[in-house]
Amino acid sequence: MSHEPKKPVKLRHGSNGYLLTLQITSDPNLLCAVRGTVERLTEAFGFSAADCRAVTRAVDEALTNIIRHAYSGAPDRAIELAFRSVAPPDGHFSGDGLEITMSDHGPAIDPEKLCGRALGDIKPGGLGLHFIRQSMDVVEFQRANETNRLRLVKYVRAPK
Amino acid sequence: MEISSRELQQATIFDITGDIDLANSPAVRKALLREVKEKRTPRVVMNLSKVRYIDSSGVASLVEGLKASRDAGTRFMLIGLSTSAREVLQLSRLLRIFEVYDNEEQALAAA
Repeated sequence: MSHEPKKPVKLRHGSNGYLLTLQITSDPNLLCAVRGTVERLTEAFGFSAADCRAVTRAVDEALTNIIRHAYSGAPDRAIELAFRSVAPPDGHFSGDGLEITMSDHGPAIDPEKLCGRALGDIKPGGLGLHFIRQSMDVVEFQRANETNRLRLVKYVRAPK
Repeated sequence: MEISSRELQQATIFDITGDIDLANSPAVRKALLREVKEKRTPRVVMNLSKVRYIDSSGVASLVEGLKASRDAGTRFMLIGLSTSAREVLQLSRLLRIFEVYDNEEQALAAA
């Protein structure tokens, strides 16, 4: 949905330290529900329309990668998403950041496969990771306790 | 997502409504590859004016359609790109490889 940036709503963290947590199965038919949720959350957080689309795209592409690569297309595996507000680094950005942590319990991902492919190549596939990197300010991947954890952060910019 | 097709002036126009993502991009891919590879339609036009969101798997399907049309010596066109669709094609630096028109009249009139 196209929109003008709204005045951010004061969002409160819960006792678990998060604004929002989601537990979904790895069913591709749920991607639209997550996109809708992230769109509304980013609007309330105060992102511009373009940055709302960017964050939504990054989350959608990350989920797609988990479904395809960590779970090999199985639709019944667990994925957890957690959203919280984080302070901006000193001297950078005008507003808080939205941190999104996405966890799956698939096999360890080969770091070699986390590089994506050269942009502009006229061939299908391999674009998701580029979309994530181009959309977010921070993209970090961790493997711990048999869990793959992707941490994404996007900071709110002052209107131009 | 819904996909329907119509034939006009030796072209097939696919009208797609809704989001194209991992759940349904295989259906898009299957429909357009059938049109290009099996039916060898001279012009295939993808009307994306009612597509609000397209992900990397949707872009990959469009690239496959384009490559198949080049192999078949036919044309593959995109019309009615939304802001979001245009953004992802620009991010992937693939916008320049497609024939893009504002509407179907322009696409059908293209030499």
